[in-house]
Amino acid sequence: MKAKVLVTRKKSIADPEGHAVQKALTQLGFDQVKNVRVGKIIEVELDQQSVHSSKEQLQQMCEKLLANPVMENFEIEMQS
Amino acid sequence: MSKKPKYGIVVFPGSNCDIDCWRALDQVLDADVTYLWHQDATFAQELDVIILPGGFSYGDYLRGGAIATFSPIMEAVKKHAKQGKLIMGICNGFQMLTEMGLLPGTLLKNKNLKFICDTVELVLQQTTSPFTNQYQEDQTISIPIAHGQGNYYVDDNTLHKMEANGQILFKYARNPNGSLSDIAGICNEQRTILGMMPHPERAVEEIIGGTDGALLFQSIANYMLNQN
Repeated sequence: MKAKVLVTRKKSIADPEGHAVQKALTQLGFDQVKNVRVGKIIEVELDQQSVHSSKEQLQQMCEKLLANPVMENFEIEMQS
Repeated sequence: MSKKPKYGIVVFPGSNCDIDCWRALDQVLDADVTYLWHQDATFAQELDVIILPGGFSYGDYLRGGAIATFSPIMEAVKKHAKQGKLIMGICNGFQMLTEMGLLPGTLLKNKNLKFICDTVELVLQQTTSPFTNQYQEDQTISIPIAHGQGNYYVDDNTLHKMEANGQILFKYARNPNGSLSDIAGICNEQRTILGMMPHPERAVEEIIGGTDGALLFQSIANYMLNQN
């Protein structure tokens, strides 16, 4: 079982990385860019068949380590 | 009879200010000090102060301090905290303390996205804590900083509570990293756990630029004397 975990900064928290990328894109002539936010993708491979229990485990992984709830949100995307 | 505080400095893979702390405590401030290894599950009960030093534990992978949080020694550090004993997290150590939930908030990347290595002025906010009792109120001190992820953030409600409880110990005179409310160093509600981005251990000798950091360690010594 494979999964992708998408970790993004909470909307209420400034994203200086996204801001720098946005400025660079504007400099490159992409003036239509309104906002950029940078996050990260974590790919996890599990030795586990059940989607349900995999998802449960991934939820725990995110809460314990993969994301920091003070500043980040996460989404889990299961892949077969 | 005077009692010297006994310090334990935790060494993680990627720590690099452990040696600075050792030198400051052992050779300059004449304190009792020992290194602790991150893989050990326990340390001596007689240790008074645990230091989580600066550096790049686990290469700052995922988030600064995040992976170090799950080192075997951290269970003993949490126990030490529960007993109301002192803990200092400097720089990467501050990041660990927020990741462990022993201190509120978190440390974001610096606003200008740069790693900042400089000596900055800090303004004392509280002089009654175990870590700041030898400073004067509103005193301005010079302490080095060296970090890329030192932009302190916490939600508004928690910030108000921290202000009301006097948990903000140091503020930057000129904000270098975008830190909320210019915060450079905080403590927990019980004032036994300190987290700060600046490096007091690098400011204990005139020959390397000043001794303003020494007063922090002298504050701890003074606090320990009054405890016994």
